[in-house]
Amino acid sequence: MEPFLWLLFSAGGVVSALLVPALLFLFGLALPLGWVTPDYTHLSAVLGHPATRVVLLGLCVLALFHWAHRFRYALYDGLQLKHLDRVINLLCYGGALAGSAAAGLLLLT
Amino acid sequence: MKVEYTPFHPRWHRPRVPVFWWLRRRSYLLFVLRELSSVFVAWFVVFLLLLVNAVAQGPEDYRRFVDWSATPGLLLLNVVALCFILLHAVTWLFTLSPHAMVVRLRGRRLPPAVIGVGDLVAWMLASALVIFLILG
Repeated sequence: MEPFLWLLFSAGGVVSALLVPALLFLFGLALPLGWVTPDYTHLSAVLGHPATRVVLLGLCVLALFHWAHRFRYALYDGLQLKHLDRVINLLCYGGALAGSAAAGLLLLT
Repeated sequence: MKVEYTPFHPRWHRPRVPVFWWLRRRSYLLFVLRELSSVFVAWFVVFLLLLVNAVAQGPEDYRRFVDWSATPGLLLLNVVALCFILLHAVTWLFTLSPHAMVVRLRGRRLPPAVIGVGDLVAWMLASALVIFLILG
């Protein structure tokens, strides 16, 4: 199990390093501050396209498992909570699973 | 008297480490900040899903989402998140992966600097594609 989780962590690290800076800058900063004003119909067409949806789902799932794995070790080492590993694993991987399910529901239906 | 077998476990020597051990050195602090960047990766997923949902609901919901993301609290959160995401991206693409990835070309291992340059090109292409797709 551990190698598989590590693989998800590392794949999530790569995709979030490549895609999230541009996406977060655009949607989290440039859009609300009015630096860019994308046309709603265009945005709706791009974000509603099945190919975009599948790519975004992949990004969401990998990013969530990246968080789960890294945050787990941050709690283990940073706060020395290794003895709570059951609760932490449930919180982290359970959270990532629930988030992935929610993302799938939202993006593919 | 019955003599029972008692499993004896030697006590390990474990020096006590203070909880905030990572404040002692810059490199330790950077390590913990890198680990914490994952929290903002997760926040980004939530934010992205809310955006996609708002756009799918219609122009009215989209406008409301943009207004909500322009409130000071959310802007501040996203600025902090962007700083952490950049820390993640820079350390991942230029420190970790050049040393962790072993790429062989004609039997020789590519030097880390070459992989770093490859990562930079990939990052720029991916960002350009995202901006091109969204802004059309």
